[in-house]
Amino acid sequence: MPVKYITEHIWDKYLRKDRLPHIWCPGCGIGSILSAFLMAVDRAGIDLDKLVVVSGIGCTGRVAGYILADSFHTTHGRPIPFAVGLKLARPDLHVVVFSGDGDLVTIGGNHFIHAARRNNDILVILVNNFNYGMTGGQVGATTPENAYTTTTPYGNLEQSFNLPYLAAAAGAVYVARWTSLHVRRLAWSIEEAFHKKGFRFIEVLSQCPTTFGRRNKMPEGIDMLRWFKENCEIRHFEDPKNVAIVLGKKIIVGKFVDIEEPKPTFEEKVWDLIYRLSGGSHGKGK
Amino acid sequence: MSLAPGIYFLSGNYAVAEGAIMAGCRFFAGYPITPSSELAERMARRLPQVGGIFVQMEDEIASIVTIIGASWGGLKAMTATSGPGFSLMQENIGLAVMMETPIVIVDVQRAGPSTGMPTYIGQGDVMQAKWGSHGQYEIIALSPSTVQECFDLTIRAFNLAERYRVPVIVLMDERLSHLYEKVRVPSPDEIVIIERKRPRSRENFLPFMPDEDLVPPMPPVGEGFRIHATGLTHDERGYPHMDPEVQERLVRRLCDKIRKHADEIIDVDTYAMDDAELAIVTFGSVARPAIRAVKLARENGIKLGLIKLRTIWPFPEKLIEEYATNGVKAFIVAEINYGQIYHVVREAVAGNAKVHLLPKMGGAIHTPDEILDEVVMVKRNAR
Repeated sequence: MPVKYITEHIWDKYLRKDRLPHIWCPGCGIGSILSAFLMAVDRAGIDLDKLVVVSGIGCTGRVAGYILADSFHTTHGRPIPFAVGLKLARPDLHVVVFSGDGDLVTIGGNHFIHAARRNNDILVILVNNFNYGMTGGQVGATTPENAYTTTTPYGNLEQSFNLPYLAAAAGAVYVARWTSLHVRRLAWSIEEAFHKKGFRFIEVLSQCPTTFGRRNKMPEGIDMLRWFKENCEIRHFEDPKNVAIVLGKKIIVGKFVDIEEPKPTFEEKVWDLIYRLSGGSHGKGK
Repeated sequence: MSLAPGIYFLSGNYAVAEGAIMAGCRFFAGYPITPSSELAERMARRLPQVGGIFVQMEDEIASIVTIIGASWGGLKAMTATSGPGFSLMQENIGLAVMMETPIVIVDVQRAGPSTGMPTYIGQGDVMQAKWGSHGQYEIIALSPSTVQECFDLTIRAFNLAERYRVPVIVLMDERLSHLYEKVRVPSPDEIVIIERKRPRSRENFLPFMPDEDLVPPMPPVGEGFRIHATGLTHDERGYPHMDPEVQERLVRRLCDKIRKHADEIIDVDTYAMDDAELAIVTFGSVARPAIRAVKLARENGIKLGLIKLRTIWPFPEKLIEEYATNGVKAFIVAEINYGQIYHVVREAVAGNAKVHLLPKMGGAIHTPDEILDEVVMVKRNAR
């Protein structure tokens, strides 16, 4: 039978094709997550001219460079403040921060909690691969306790962050967690989040066989996906304090926070203030 | 509205804020730090009145990154800080350089290192302003020495940032930031306001393809250009490129767009230099006692002049060299550090004259007598 090569992909129209192939390892989950994101962009009817994607440094930090929208690849840990400035200046745009766990909640953790507290109107998609992949698999704030990494050769002594709990406590109006296996549920969640305003946070667990899995008895991408498949349990509106990721226990996924009557966003308050103080000459409609 | 034309009594910090507003600054992000805090306070009060945004961030790293984002969002943006905060900003000054983002950073220098003397003057950030971020690059740094110059040079800082798509640093100092003086606010038609170049067309547009002046037009976001900007070495499309030739082309251009326009950027004020045999080189608040020292010296028959640097970076080396080869026998560099501009002056003088350092470690400013005493010593040694 003749080999049939696939030369087109349904999301080609949203990708910088001249930048492909991407840099991610075989078996990595970021591609599936990017695909789910583009599916959500499509379903939500987002005009790509009005979409800005901001990433930081790391494997997921490369996402911005592949999406055919205005996109920024900033410094390590800083995509959130970049997005905050851009969204304040251009409240008419959809501003998405798409980056990794090390970037957003380890080196950039301070910006994460403060943007959530301020209710900055940005959608944050965090890919949690449990380690620093690009630099060779070091421990991070999201590495589960006892897991092995290149800088925890005897097992991780630290407790890891429970990110949905952190985001909810800091004030996020929408909090969900999925894995790279839950492509459709993830896309649905991103689509839903696009239609909301305020600080929205979606954590996506990703397999990272190359630098995490193979040190933790899951050497292939499929092994980590099997870990997700056998251990994930969907529990919508579970109290986020109960969703910490602990090796050997269930991984709780789902939508945990979705505030029905969202608070005004920081941007709305700022532009209302400008409208009031400038005597109506600036602000409204911006 | 910007301040109405007229005479005002303002502090250095307030004058910078009002100059920024007149220049079109409509975004400020900052973090409180002595002695720059009044600048943020003034912006918090004033910006919403003129349709601008003020936001106090969680730290100085967030502050500078937020203004980079706001600048890409189309607003003229500024932050203000002092030494410790300026140190925290360094990595992202490099990001602004690499993404060619117009921003203005005010560094109200205080005595360091570390926490140092928060409420007292220092001038120890001169070299940090030039070399603080890693890698090779060029920025612009201006240094006012009167409250009027705080106003005027802040307008110029925005114009230069927009013109060259580069971070511009206003190197203030504590003494000047808290000094109240008369400021003449001109009418808008008396001043020139420069806006960033915009692309002429979306067709075949490459976001980092420079014009002949080495500066690429800056595309707006949200209008279909769908650009990519990165801190990684990138080609003219803005795409990351790990190729030494691309690095060579990019970094050379980032430096040359400033170096090749140095004559347009450099702004030096001279006083009594026509027949000077000795010259004080200084900047910022120290220029004030230095002028007094020149007057006292002239009363005593000493041919002393003053070179006041209003642009510190790029440094006016050609001008210094010309003086060194045309009559000035010795330069006295007065600065509130243990020798920073001194080294640059020595390099420019290139052995054609003597160069003496008159340092202070911080916390206090040179008195006119201290400067004059040094001048007399130098004159005696010169004989």
